[in-house]
Amino acid sequence: MTVDPDVVVIGGGVIGSAISLGLAMRGKRVTVLDGADIAHRASRGNFSLIWVQSKGLGMPGYADWARKAALSWPVFAEQLERLSGVDLAFIQPGGLHLTLSEGELEARKRVFIRLREQCGGVDPYPWEILDAAQVKRMLPEVGPTVTGASYCPLDGQANSLRLLRALHIGGNRSNVSYRPLHIVTTIEHRGGEFVIKTDKGTFTAGKVVLTAGHDNARLGPMVGLDVPVRPQKGEILVTEKVRPFLYYPTINVRQTDEGGVQLGDSVEETGFDDTVDLRVLSAIAGRITKMFPLLENVNIVRTWGALRVMPRDGKPIYDQSKTCPGAFVATAHSGVSMASVHMLEVPRMIAAGALDAELSCFTSERFQ
Amino acid sequence: MTRIASCKSRTQVKFQFNGETLTAFNGDSVAAALLASNAGPFRTTPVSHAPRNPYCMMGICFDCLVTIDGVGNRQACLCEVTDGMQVETQLGRRDIAK
Repeated sequence: MTVDPDVVVIGGGVIGSAISLGLAMRGKRVTVLDGADIAHRASRGNFSLIWVQSKGLGMPGYADWARKAALSWPVFAEQLERLSGVDLAFIQPGGLHLTLSEGELEARKRVFIRLREQCGGVDPYPWEILDAAQVKRMLPEVGPTVTGASYCPLDGQANSLRLLRALHIGGNRSNVSYRPLHIVTTIEHRGGEFVIKTDKGTFTAGKVVLTAGHDNARLGPMVGLDVPVRPQKGEILVTEKVRPFLYYPTINVRQTDEGGVQLGDSVEETGFDDTVDLRVLSAIAGRITKMFPLLENVNIVRTWGALRVMPRDGKPIYDQSKTCPGAFVATAHSGVSMASVHMLEVPRMIAAGALDAELSCFTSERFQ
Repeated sequence: MTRIASCKSRTQVKFQFNGETLTAFNGDSVAAALLASNAGPFRTTPVSHAPRNPYCMMGICFDCLVTIDGVGNRQACLCEVTDGMQVETQLGRRDIAK
């Protein structure tokens, strides 16, 4: 006899996997309905930063949430590594946003000052503007055209592919029932329960969580949730593995623990087209080799395009349906940065049946 | 096409592998020259440090990586050996900071 799960989580990317693992850790029976490998999976294409600086402009609550996520990452990483046996290659030395002109550096500074004003005169997280000489001391390989950088000590990086794998292994070891290739066709709210039909059978649960990335836009209205997300393409290049020289992650170039250097990234509104464009790749490579001239003769071994799941205003959406209580949505462009709170915090709220007040700024009411 | 028997009449070149002088025929790839001299390993891998020698000899497998004249991660099967060339084992990740 099969027992219905307490919660069905739709979407097994980095957000759905973190939430479902967190629910399982709280003793909930969880079934994850995931799509196919050909789905547009932001979790497998992202840049893998844990990034705080400049998050929250226009929404102070997001700055607080991002700070909390970054501060929770060490505990999260330790728990998940212990549970899964997977090394997440997590480091948090702080991150730099390098600039190539005085104007760019000035613009960085204005971001933090505006953020401070929006947060009642108090910085929501620490930041510093570094001049060229200070940057050179931290990153001796920067080129002469780098004018400076903004620095936030909470920024870091991980290996996002291993993060996803660790969450899946952790889920498996915590009795999360993971069902790939289950495409959800309809969700109905009947007698306080959710009846979820897929092409491979029907599932029933008291709660449902939408973490299906781009597909949230389709699934949300089935349970009375408005989830305005759109694809936004980013292209990335990866070099051959080289000796460590990049000791801090930066917003658009970082070195992985294994030695490859990731160069990013573009911001393109091309719908569901995730192909790479040589002109875009070459512009990225041109800008990054100005920052690090030693990369000029390094071989590129891989390039790809991936589609960010971008909410209309760029900020995460966490919400519970008013018409179908028990139906939640969690979607964000920053699934890696937020992975910690998605496992440690959000599942507690879903289990309790109400999102905390600190998440009230993230509901989709703001779009109406 | 060059018959193997006629190779004996080809010009010889001398090159160094990890400081040792080896002889090859003009026109050989670096990989062919090293294999003919029974020299190796060509590289050690960046993550597990396993020793490797060429596998495909046609530019696909990247297991023949060596350092040539100070430039790391060169594919030995795609580079022609030249007189006086300095070839070294590629130890793990390429050093680009030099």
